[in-house]
Amino acid sequence: MSEAIVITSGKGGVGKTTTSANLGTGLAILGKKVVLLDADIGLRNLDVVLGLENRIVYNLIDVIEGNCKLKNALIKDKKHPGLFLLPAAQTRDKDAISPEQMMELITTLKKDFDYVLIDCPAGIEQGFKNAIAGADKAIIVTTPEVSAIRDADRIIGLLEANEIKDARLIVNRIRMDMVKRGDMMSIEDVVEILAIDLIGVVPDDEQIVISTNTGDPIVNSQNILSGRAYLNICKRITGDDVPYLDLNAETGLFRRLKSLIGFNN
Amino acid sequence: MFDFFTRKGKSKSVAKDRLKLVLIHDRANCSTEVLELMRADIIRTISKYMEIDEEALEFKVGTTKSDTSENLVPALFANIPIKSVKRQEVL
Repeated sequence: MSEAIVITSGKGGVGKTTTSANLGTGLAILGKKVVLLDADIGLRNLDVVLGLENRIVYNLIDVIEGNCKLKNALIKDKKHPGLFLLPAAQTRDKDAISPEQMMELITTLKKDFDYVLIDCPAGIEQGFKNAIAGADKAIIVTTPEVSAIRDADRIIGLLEANEIKDARLIVNRIRMDMVKRGDMMSIEDVVEILAIDLIGVVPDDEQIVISTNTGDPIVNSQNILSGRAYLNICKRITGDDVPYLDLNAETGLFRRLKSLIGFNN
Repeated sequence: MFDFFTRKGKSKSVAKDRLKLVLIHDRANCSTEVLELMRADIIRTISKYMEIDEEALEFKVGTTKSDTSENLVPALFANIPIKSVKRQEVL
């Protein structure tokens, strides 16, 4: 049975696109057939995070307007044969599609794929409405900051109002050193405030910046903690009950020291 | 300003408290402007019958335990000190 999952946050810049790229790639690593759908019309970015920007010929709007066949617009990933991207249009705006058209497109995609992951734009306007239209489930990305959590709370309310009952939370960019000294809300704090189920925690990691620079999602690097965190989320999406990583174990400096003395885990 | 240096490492609880309060208002769809209008209306209504201490009046949105579940639900709290009850003839 296939599922359409929207990745959303309300606030911009919390890591929706990076999360989408890593979850799509991770599910493909687990042997699933996945299509990543970039719903951020006019501000396309999922292609660059995946390193597929040079392969785009057609986009989502072309498919909806019938300028090309769906399979001609789908871009195959470089590494994983089960992963495809349907890019957003860069020169159009959000009003070029309607929620009904989006729903129809996702229904078609679900026939061929195990997972349809929808990268939602920031905000709660038309772009958000389009992105959630065909979704069965939602993953909400937040960071442990007041602004991001406030917006996530708003999104949770809007998803409920739109009959998306299965919404789970990713707390992104957590810094355990700051949590320990009382300068950052903990996972427990965030979950308590938002009152939805957690599906994963991703540590703040400069390696993610590097992976975005090169267009190679961090989940492809299982020797890196954040890469493992993403793959664990993917396993939970497929229904595996994976225990949470101990994020206290390795902070940046400690990891680097360990790799210096050749202690690799 | 000096507070900033001395209260190192406690900003998380400040964030959490501020956030909780903001969310109470967001979830109840009740802004401070609306609250101020309500407060003025309530004072006007009660003042017809009683003399109240407007300075000491407390009026805020908070949470209370739901009657039907364990969840906390938004609630309006008003603490209105009475100075004297106006006599019926005045009405």
